[in-house]
Amino acid sequence: MKLFVSIFLLLMSVMTVVGENRFPKPQFEKGYSIPVTSAPEARSLMLDRLDVVVLFSALSLATWLVLKKRSRRGIFLLTIFSVIYFGFWRKGCICSIGAIQNVTLWLADSQYALPVGAAAFFILPLIFSLLFGRVFCAAVCPLGTIQDLMILFPVSVPRFLSCILSMIPYIYLGLGVLFASIGSAFVICRLDPFVPLFRFSGDLPIVLFGAVLLLAGIFVARPYCRFMCPFSVLLNWTSRLSKWHATITPDECVKCRLCEKSCPFDAILIPNTGQVSEPRGKGVDRLKIILLLLPVLVIAGGWSTSRLDVIFSRSNPSVQLAEAFQKNDQSKLKIMKYELEAFEGGKASKEDLYAQADIFRKKFRTGGWLFGGFIGAVFGCTLIGFSIKRTRDSYEPDRGTCLSCARCFMSCPKEHKRLGV
Amino acid sequence: MRNILRGSLLAALAAFGGLVTVRRRCALPGGADKGRACGNCPERIRCNSAFSWLARPSNSRRTVWQLDPAKCIQCGRCATNCVLQDSAVKCVHRFEMCGYCKLCFGFFQPGASVLTSAAENQMCPTGAIRRKFLEDPYYEYTIDESLCIGCGKCVKTCSAFGNGSLVLQVRHDRCVNCNDCSIARHCPAGAYRRVPAEEPYLFKPMSGAAKG
Repeated sequence: MKLFVSIFLLLMSVMTVVGENRFPKPQFEKGYSIPVTSAPEARSLMLDRLDVVVLFSALSLATWLVLKKRSRRGIFLLTIFSVIYFGFWRKGCICSIGAIQNVTLWLADSQYALPVGAAAFFILPLIFSLLFGRVFCAAVCPLGTIQDLMILFPVSVPRFLSCILSMIPYIYLGLGVLFASIGSAFVICRLDPFVPLFRFSGDLPIVLFGAVLLLAGIFVARPYCRFMCPFSVLLNWTSRLSKWHATITPDECVKCRLCEKSCPFDAILIPNTGQVSEPRGKGVDRLKIILLLLPVLVIAGGWSTSRLDVIFSRSNPSVQLAEAFQKNDQSKLKIMKYELEAFEGGKASKEDLYAQADIFRKKFRTGGWLFGGFIGAVFGCTLIGFSIKRTRDSYEPDRGTCLSCARCFMSCPKEHKRLGV
Repeated sequence: MRNILRGSLLAALAAFGGLVTVRRRCALPGGADKGRACGNCPERIRCNSAFSWLARPSNSRRTVWQLDPAKCIQCGRCATNCVLQDSAVKCVHRFEMCGYCKLCFGFFQPGASVLTSAAENQMCPTGAIRRKFLEDPYYEYTIDESLCIGCGKCVKTCSAFGNGSLVLQVRHDRCVNCNDCSIARHCPAGAYRRVPAEEPYLFKPMSGAAKG
């Protein structure tokens, strides 16, 4: 009996390989028509195009409101619109922050098609930032705007702490690019704290992370934007080059100090002409040391992160499986039983798997050098930035970190004069 | 200095945008590109387009996630790893492949004592498969997608012992098309991939017998 069943099953499996159906299509007598398999369509292309149009319009409107109209109320209304449209309606995906990874993958993988929507969400904010400053952050980015609505009692973050914390975005950006280009894993999307909120569902740790950030945001204004967001790095760089950036005063600064406390992001630079400057020679010497230190930092960073190749490569399941085979780790193989099943059902041999794992490790070795070198360079350049003193004789927004939110405008007496209040 | 830097960055971004949005036409005589992706072109080696070194899959396309039933091993992770509360993956019935069997391997538990739709006989943990008598000996099976959790139990037995007319598919009326698909990340078989949004489903090719 058992033999009969096994022969029957064997025959069946042979039939599948041949491609015949085991059970023939029935011949209905009563005129039954076979229903069509339902295949609901994906979100229409028109809606995707609409998103890009809305993004462009929102950026233009934000620019006009900040630079021409100088209206905080307008920015606030646009903020609410962005939270609703880009957040709750579009479910926060695809966003500009995540689009970094799509662009990276497009550069790294010749088989990946970059959707136009993702490209537009990446390019448009950067172009606007090059021209007008970070108007995208001010009122368009869904992640930024939802935090912006939470700013109730902003406190000033101590300078040394904000300097240390503002290194995180560089590391996050580097890791995001590294994994998108090699592991094809989108780390930035995975750790996105606010998308679960927009969708009303998600993993508990991420939801809690988002909730903590929102609550912290009541006091520390926009914690994600300032101390985590990887896109903020690119916006910071481009905004420093911006042609027309928002100014605190519509006129000439009278140094009345009224705007000093108006920025919740500590992005107002105070004049330093009155300060006693140190002798010039001392500063030059320090700069020389840091410039000599820069290559050392780059190499040290690159070397240390390239050592992490084995750990980084474990993010890939096939590397994990290869390691479990090589170490004959039975408990790991038990955990990966489905991966094992899929591998055994496939055509690849163990040697193929090992070769693939080696390729991943090598890629992470090279990528580690680049990533670590980048972080080293960022540290060095930050130190150089500290040791170069620029003289300022008026209150100015820090072009890199100013989010063009328009909060400081009304604290300026010249603004009151302009409006005739 | 700043002006030069700004200008070159703007030019680079604009060039990048142009590269992505402009759909490159095939420059080969006869045209291998019949609206298809340039990057997947088999003729890429003898391509004489000025942009051949940039040949990438046509970028004006939009992509969505889909799972390849040929790779799927029905592990059940689709049901638990979607970011949505009810997974976007559902069992889809391809009626044209179905044998309309009285003893459906996707519907009944292997040891079902009687062929009735009592809960203890059913394979589906949520009773999402509806069985309707048509004419002797044929029964029609339909999926109630509001009940289906995408666990793939019925798919496993249908493809092991039946015609394989039940398949798991990402349903695009539910899928939010995450940039980083959570199920794809957990799929042990690497069955998930991005497919063009115009052809968003991957069904197994129909066998000759079923077509006739």
